[in-house]
Amino acid sequence: MERTIRVLVGKPGLDGHDRGAKVVARAYRDAGMEVIYTGLHQTPEQIVQAAVQEDVDVVALSILSGAHNTLVPKVIEGLKREGLDDVLVLVGGIIPEEDVEFLKKAGVAGVFGPGTPTSEIIEFTRENVKRK
Amino acid sequence: MDRDEKRERREVFMTVSGAPIKRKYGPEDVADLDYQRDLGDPGCYPYTRGIHETMYRGRVWTMRQFAGFGTAEQSNERYKYLLEQGQTGLSVAFDMPTIMGYDSDHPRADGEVGKLGVAVDSLADMEILFDGIPLDKVTTSMTINAPAAILLAMYIAVAEKQGVSPRDIGGTIQNDILKEYIAQKSYIFPPRPSLRLITDIFAYCAEHVPRWNTISISGYHIREAGSTAVQELAFTLANGMAYVQAGIDAGLDVDSFAPRLSFFFNAHNDLFEEVAKFRAARRIWARVMRERFGAQNPRSWLLRFHTQTAGCSLTAQQPEVNIIRTTIQALAGVLGGTQSLHTNSMDEAWALPSADAVRIALRTQQVLAEESGVANTIDPLGGSYFVEALTDRMEREAQEYFDRIERLGGVVAAIEAGFQQREIADAAYRYQKRVESGEYTVVGVNKYLIEEELKIPLLRIDPDVQARQIERTRRVRRERDEVEVRRCLRDLEEGARGDANLMPLILAAVKAYATLGEIVDVFRTVFGEYRERAIF
Repeated sequence: MERTIRVLVGKPGLDGHDRGAKVVARAYRDAGMEVIYTGLHQTPEQIVQAAVQEDVDVVALSILSGAHNTLVPKVIEGLKREGLDDVLVLVGGIIPEEDVEFLKKAGVAGVFGPGTPTSEIIEFTRENVKRK
Repeated sequence: MDRDEKRERREVFMTVSGAPIKRKYGPEDVADLDYQRDLGDPGCYPYTRGIHETMYRGRVWTMRQFAGFGTAEQSNERYKYLLEQGQTGLSVAFDMPTIMGYDSDHPRADGEVGKLGVAVDSLADMEILFDGIPLDKVTTSMTINAPAAILLAMYIAVAEKQGVSPRDIGGTIQNDILKEYIAQKSYIFPPRPSLRLITDIFAYCAEHVPRWNTISISGYHIREAGSTAVQELAFTLANGMAYVQAGIDAGLDVDSFAPRLSFFFNAHNDLFEEVAKFRAARRIWARVMRERFGAQNPRSWLLRFHTQTAGCSLTAQQPEVNIIRTTIQALAGVLGGTQSLHTNSMDEAWALPSADAVRIALRTQQVLAEESGVANTIDPLGGSYFVEALTDRMEREAQEYFDRIERLGGVVAAIEAGFQQREIADAAYRYQKRVESGEYTVVGVNKYLIEEELKIPLLRIDPDVQARQIERTRRVRRERDEVEVRRCLRDLEEGARGDANLMPLILAAVKAYATLGEIVDVFRTVFGEYRERAIF
């Protein structure tokens, strides 16, 4: 039997827009995955540490503060430093189209904007998760 | 009539909040309604129909677009543009580091400076922000909460430099920390010292800044976080009652500060539900203030409110459709008797608004005020079976929430137990499932989709903003009288440890060009920081 996918839902940065993060966390849980939610106002280092400690397969970051180009690469570098190169990194939030390419080059597998059904995020996660 | 003609499109009709709506409403739904007791003429208790005798026939609502981005210079330019376009009040959006009490050169500010609003680190930024804007002529709303006292002090200091007495400035600070714990989550300190800062502001302004609205008790963010209309109404008014109680507990006479309390609500898609919410809010507040808190001054009974259309209703898809959503929501605010209004711009699911998009949003208000005729008479929906029945139901269901919060030990205890947060998260998830199942239509998202490329031009924040802002703040720190700053910060720390009113001490510190981050650090040391239990 495949092991249950473990997802860290992370909320880096200073903004408090946690509606999306919480909805996605619940949808993952309802889809049978194990979910750890970091809570708000996390630094990239705190998110990396949580990913290490919780041994997750997926790190899903929610950012609505416009700071994604600064914060997301810091999380990805931290994961690599900890040897977690194979963790699937996803980003949700308000990400202008020209930044999507930048984030993908930095190592983000999927970027999900406003209006994305949670079913699409879950399907993408199942299909792309690397650690099994 | 055959069976098919009686069949309806769906089994249950619901508002956007999920409240069931009947096929028709009639006299039986308002049988208990007593005009004088439950509605009253406009300007008369319990103010269900409006707080003024003339309402928009005397003066239309204040058109106040929330704006701020990048540096103080850029935002100053936007404010002057909005005033030239006929806007009648200012509303300042601060960036996240300012809101969270960090200077722009703090490591936690990296990447966030000037992004969601304007960066303000010291009085020097505030001087530029209001350069050439006479503070005795405009009123200014500032969306700032945990550090509200500091930004208010800076505003007072700028006014004095312009030669304007604090007695002659008008405006609002949001200063509503309880809804931060519940919804917007821009808290810094724990509830008790936060409430002390708030009652210090009540007391200081009653004496020195009498035209200032000392708090804007906000449902807006509660709704944005996913609440229903009833939750927005109930949690906001419960917070309002908690502030009044805190003021009384601090030894203030209720009538000395209650007239300066103001409110801020969301206007979502469901026109009648929203109008009923606004009407119920006025009635509940008037009764609570007069009967429970014993306020004698009729101005203490008035629920004055600002409305913003629902940011969370905007779609990234087919963004032009957002103009139509915003129009309907703005209409709800006007039919509900709002005192001021912000209409969202069509591009706000993507970015802060561009100048062109915000102009259309402002024009929406101008069309409502000057073309549509809706401002010609007061409370035109009053007496509608449907709207009166909805208003009653709102009031009743809000009362059920007040009772539940009371049983949990009051607002702060309920927050600490995660009650409001969980209620809102549950509602947000129910809504999401209704959208994904197609039960609730979101045009362009789950119905009427098109292949499209984004065509509207978006506002981009210049990436140099952070470096320029850091440079200015470091120059301010180099050039100020360091001995004076240290003295002010020591006095502030001593005051915070005791029970002095902190406003004069904060005012002295900002005038000496102590930075926002330095002042907040003093409070962090004395008051500690709030951490929430992460639940989803």
